[in-house]
Amino acid sequence: MSDPAVLVDAAVSGRRRRLLTGNGRPLWSAAVLLAALLVATPVVAVVIDGLGSLNSGSLPQDIGPMILTTVLLMAGVGTGTLLIGGGLAWLVTAYDFPLRNLLSWALVLPLAMPAYILGFVFLSTFDVGGPVQSFLRTVLGPGAWLPEVRTLLGAVVVMSLTLYPYVYLLARSALVEQSATTYDAARTLGASRSRTLWRVVVPMARPSLAAALALVMMETLTDFATVQYFNVQTVAVGVYLVWKGSFEFQAATQLSMLVLLFAVAVLAGERLLRGRSRFHQKHGRGEGLRARRLTGWTGWAAAFVGLAVLGAGFALPVAQLVGWAIGEAVGGSEPLLDPRFAEYLVNSIAVASIAALLCAALALMIGHAQRLGGGPVVAAAAQLTTFGYAVPGAVIGIGVLIAFARLDEWLEVAGVPGGTGLLVTGSVAGILFAYLVRFLAPAYQAVDASFAKISPALTFSALSLGSTPRRLLTRVHLPLARRGAAVALVLVAIDAVKELPIVLLLRPFGFTTISVWVYELARENFWEKAALPALGIVVVAVIPVYFLFRRTAGLKNGAVAHGQ
Amino acid sequence: MASNLIDVTTPALMLEGISRRYGGVSAAKALDLTVAAGELVTVIGPSGCGKSTMLRLIAGLERPDSGSISIAGEVVADRRRFQEPERRRVGLVFQDHALFPNLTVARNVAFGVNRLPAREREQRVAEVLELVRLNHLAARYPHELSGGEQQRVALARALAPRPAVVLLDEPFSSLDETLRGRVRSDIVAVLQETGTTSLLVTHDQTEALSVGDRVVVMRDGVIEQADTPERVFEQPSTRFVASFMGDADFLPANVHNALLTCEIGVVSTVPGWANCDVDVDVVLRPHEVALALDPSASAQVVSQEYRGAFVLHHVRLASGRTLRSWQPHHVRYAPGTRVSVTVAPGTSPTLLVNDRAVTEPPIAAAGRALQLPEPSPVPTSR
Repeated sequence: MSDPAVLVDAAVSGRRRRLLTGNGRPLWSAAVLLAALLVATPVVAVVIDGLGSLNSGSLPQDIGPMILTTVLLMAGVGTGTLLIGGGLAWLVTAYDFPLRNLLSWALVLPLAMPAYILGFVFLSTFDVGGPVQSFLRTVLGPGAWLPEVRTLLGAVVVMSLTLYPYVYLLARSALVEQSATTYDAARTLGASRSRTLWRVVVPMARPSLAAALALVMMETLTDFATVQYFNVQTVAVGVYLVWKGSFEFQAATQLSMLVLLFAVAVLAGERLLRGRSRFHQKHGRGEGLRARRLTGWTGWAAAFVGLAVLGAGFALPVAQLVGWAIGEAVGGSEPLLDPRFAEYLVNSIAVASIAALLCAALALMIGHAQRLGGGPVVAAAAQLTTFGYAVPGAVIGIGVLIAFARLDEWLEVAGVPGGTGLLVTGSVAGILFAYLVRFLAPAYQAVDASFAKISPALTFSALSLGSTPRRLLTRVHLPLARRGAAVALVLVAIDAVKELPIVLLLRPFGFTTISVWVYELARENFWEKAALPALGIVVVAVIPVYFLFRRTAGLKNGAVAHGQ
Repeated sequence: MASNLIDVTTPALMLEGISRRYGGVSAAKALDLTVAAGELVTVIGPSGCGKSTMLRLIAGLERPDSGSISIAGEVVADRRRFQEPERRRVGLVFQDHALFPNLTVARNVAFGVNRLPAREREQRVAEVLELVRLNHLAARYPHELSGGEQQRVALARALAPRPAVVLLDEPFSSLDETLRGRVRSDIVAVLQETGTTSLLVTHDQTEALSVGDRVVVMRDGVIEQADTPERVFEQPSTRFVASFMGDADFLPANVHNALLTCEIGVVSTVPGWANCDVDVDVVLRPHEVALALDPSASAQVVSQEYRGAFVLHHVRLASGRTLRSWQPHHVRYAPGTRVSVTVAPGTSPTLLVNDRAVTEPPIAAAGRALQLPEPSPVPTSR
């Protein structure tokens, strides 16, 4: 009877005739279903196509090693990020040492360094022609054995260094707040600090760690450029190479299905690890973990560990890029600013902005329709729109191509000569569509977080005051969810700027974005030339990290952070 | 106010056989309720009793599975029709006020009258703000107001479009104890002054009884009783209503030749029950139970609770059953004290057969095997 606001909490309907539209408005609900259909299309196209050619045995020869490599890479990066991210989170939370406050947020920065940029900086430094090996050879003599850098291990190191912040962020928020009161309870029951850590804190953090690991694995699976620098052939790269290189389309779709299986396995693994527990974002008032002061050399050792990771993952590579860029500007034979730089930058910004606007608008529409009372089918459709984020770009790219090819066939049959014509291959429409599929998830999550803060009573009040659904959207939902919409815009735009394989697969002839340019220059070892556009990408990517930082800044006060 | 000309003939709100299920759970079972224009009806019941569902159904936030709803004579929901909430002329006031945080007080109030010409709109906004005496805060934003002021703005906003009925969803439970009483009397005064038909959901028994012209008691999706506060308290129609609306103890009793007897002796006479011998349960409220010091009595005081103006005594009878009794604050029997228990003179307690109140002897009164009698005549619930 103490139930708050009884009007608000009634359960969702279970009746069949309400399944489709719930209590909501048919048009808005239909729009959500359409969005879900749109997002599902490329993936479904890949699956249908793949299943259709299942018996043709067209899988490439080296499929076995490819799978093994992928599994090893994912396991390696998972272990690496867990060690680095989890260890650093424990260090900055449980101990107090010099520079701790600075490090506690700066350690998030490597998230802004795309792995394919850190990868080529790393190679330039440590590979055969780099300064480190040259130096070692002068010391040890020219015949000395030096480890091979372009290996799986190299890729694991580089990707762990850029992806550990996911684990770090989620582990830290788990350590700081999720277990504050429980930690106190365990201590008052006589448990020691380390026993409390392993028996209480870590088990409670398990769902967070599982979520973080899933994010890391997804990014690893999706990675396209880094692995190529290091000669590591994963299934996702295989998809692209088979499609673009040898034009064996059936083999490519088969491989795409395999990549999808990996993605599903990651999601299932997360569920399994998380078990029945959920994220508990209780704002406990406990004292929680108290930082223990490290004095003398131990304190400085802790600071050094943090600085070393930060340096390797962010500061030194940025310094190197800046150095190259300046060197190019001062001593380069070409004009100060390559005119292509401006052109590709504009391309990137234009495509990213349009994609961001589309995604944010769709996300708002989905949130709004659900608020109008969608029913279970609409809720399921809204969930479905977020699936694209788990699908690697190369697979989505191929899915878009297949889907449009089918559409063209149908249009031809229906009597439209040429079908959609050059819509996909001749314009950026294909890229935009693929971006929409892939990036609707972060947009929806950002907008949904804002919607969650709008009391349902507000929606009901507006409706009962005679407001039509459209006016409800423009006067109430949009103004109140504008923060989420802004975050959605930024997140999508940045992801879009960084994206590689989708552009490579779907770009019209002669169209290049800044990320593709960096990739192509770096692949040809034109590191100095790649430095300036790479810096541009890093600068852009720092923006969401700033958002994350603002969220985590309030960590002590109970705000919750999670990966983008 | 001219806006609320009361049409006496048409009920402001009428529910006929309204049912709604969620999965396997019935949140509303064949609800019948008629609310006259200008009436203030309070709705009370335990958590999950269906009061929330009833409000949602009336507001148009849920569709009924069966039955029909009319507002001011117009059918807004039945088998075929369903009017969306924005066309229903229903005002809503929520526990958390639900003011638009991005709009000023004046713009909040103007939200529902946006179709009026500017002049009339401003006039109407000023008018309703005047009603809740908040004209001076028109330019403020919701977060700059106190909880009580926010709730008054919420009421003004709901009243502005001249709704046919206003639904208030636990409107005072988010306010702290000291403020609640004042805001409640302010808001009830405005509702009465404007003659607004309103349905007020509450979980506070005292509030339900003191505020409502009528009280609707619900349980498990069913209206147990819809009656004046006095009748709900003094003549509860079921055992549930008796125990939910105030304290009540039940003792097995017997009516023989118009004489009601139970463990504590003769309680009262029951006129009209002359030639019968019927087993019933008698409802005894603590203020109806009298105690007297009597060392030879078989009943004894078990415990007492000091409540300021009076002391609540728990008394165990010879059978092991307990009764509660209010005593003035200066009367305090220590636990263990033997007391004689009687019923205060002039009491005519409610009698229950099979958990339902009866006012006349069951038809098969001659025998002891009783048929389930028709429930007590409650004018609006059946």
